[in-house]
Amino acid sequence: MKTMERIYLDYAATTPCHPEAVKAMQPYFYDKFGNASSIYSFGQEAKAALEESRQRVADFIGARPEEIVFTSGASESNNAALKGVAFALRGKGNRIITSVIEHHAIGEPCKFLAKEGFEIIILPVDKDGLVDPDAVQKALNDKTILVSIMHANNEIGTIQPIAEIGRICREKGVLFHTDAVQAVGHLPTLVSELNVDMLSSSGHKFYGPKGVGFLYIRRGTKIKPLIQGGDQERRFRAGTENVAGIVGLAKAVEIAASEMEAEGKQLIQLRDALIQGILKAVPDSRLNGHPAQRLPNNVNISFAYVEGESMLLNLDLEGIAASTGSACTSSSLEPSSVLLAIGLPAETAHGSIRFTLGKWTARAQVDRVLDIFPKIVAKLRVMSPLYPGDKNG
Amino acid sequence: MAETPLPYSEKVMDHFRNPRNVGVMENPSGVGKVGNAVCGDVMELFIKVENDIIIDTRFRTFGCGAAIATSSMVTELVKGKTLDEALKISNKAVAEALGGLPPIKMHCSVLAEEALKSAIDDYRKKQTEPK
Repeated sequence: MKTMERIYLDYAATTPCHPEAVKAMQPYFYDKFGNASSIYSFGQEAKAALEESRQRVADFIGARPEEIVFTSGASESNNAALKGVAFALRGKGNRIITSVIEHHAIGEPCKFLAKEGFEIIILPVDKDGLVDPDAVQKALNDKTILVSIMHANNEIGTIQPIAEIGRICREKGVLFHTDAVQAVGHLPTLVSELNVDMLSSSGHKFYGPKGVGFLYIRRGTKIKPLIQGGDQERRFRAGTENVAGIVGLAKAVEIAASEMEAEGKQLIQLRDALIQGILKAVPDSRLNGHPAQRLPNNVNISFAYVEGESMLLNLDLEGIAASTGSACTSSSLEPSSVLLAIGLPAETAHGSIRFTLGKWTARAQVDRVLDIFPKIVAKLRVMSPLYPGDKNG
Repeated sequence: MAETPLPYSEKVMDHFRNPRNVGVMENPSGVGKVGNAVCGDVMELFIKVENDIIIDTRFRTFGCGAAIATSSMVTELVKGKTLDEALKISNKAVAEALGGLPPIKMHCSVLAEEALKSAIDDYRKKQTEPK
């Protein structure tokens, strides 16, 4: 069999680790393996790398180094932000405001906090996936201790009006957190412009390694630590620092600082070519998410009469990796809650595919998808009892 | 969005890639349609019966890889069988013939069994109806 070029279009799930980041990390596994808490030279060279990395991350988002806490990734950052503020401000109030399209790493901690007696207000989104800042304003009361709204949605790519929501929260003196996992390294994320008090990020979503991320915590924010033990991270996050991972994340930040703008422009062109090409070639298909306020790399389209996993498997047989909002790749058997939240009927949500592009996506790869994918949908439609037949034929 | 790898057997992938007996049957002896689009699975099974024997089958399925493969397999398993023999084919037998299914996909084989029963039921009802 001819070897097939594999095409990776699931960058929102994870990105390859940039070779420059891998190279930067390399010395910290063996030569410079020291524990950053040790006072001798082995420890101090690790400590120096750690603090240099912290400075680089802080500069990138316009923060102070002491406002950056390194974590194991965004799930930890989100848990630390929500639970940390909830338990620190318990005496002040119990209302937490969030949205219906948050990642599970926000949704599940919120469910936990609801059981602990907090009142969780889940705001809806419109058909494009946008949270209405006025709805945030209306949901705020004197019991509100925290608002958490994601920066950009991982499934449909919609970018929220974070700066505006942040301004509303700050006027009321309510803390505002954003899960910026899909935004950091891809969009400008200066905390002063976003008006956020906390921001979560993960290295492996922008060409850094897996298992490392950070939480920005604005100076003066009342918050309790999630992981207690040693004195690391100003006693906010105990545990020996993942120095190699942190160095890799900082290198990814450095690369993003110089490449992100041009990369975004390039990706928007590829994204729009893919969206327009598919919508034109496949009848009864629709774009999900905001058409313009959208991540540069996100394509999410629903196809009537076909199911997502069967499209995904056919793509995989052609060496193309993508993702679906169908129930059939999850254990819950429920279709994507994000797609239901923007008003898709369940059967349409089952027939959704997400392609997410990245730094190494070539025009030829997009063209190959445009060549193959409409045939896959057509083949599955012929097999589908829901398909009324070709209306044009 | 889950990106769980699906540990499908070679047989499942074979039936998914080249499903047997796909399509709509002209003048079927019995039709069974089960499942629900809201849940992500709909199976439609057609049988042609002569002298109590299933001589031909067709199917159409809206659903995941396992749903398509189990539909395809059940259309193969019942061909040439008497109706009573066909009714004895359990969802487990369909799954086994495919070299097994991941646990969360076993409901697809249940759907295949139900589609078959529903098609046979439809045929038998038509037989008892006054002509």
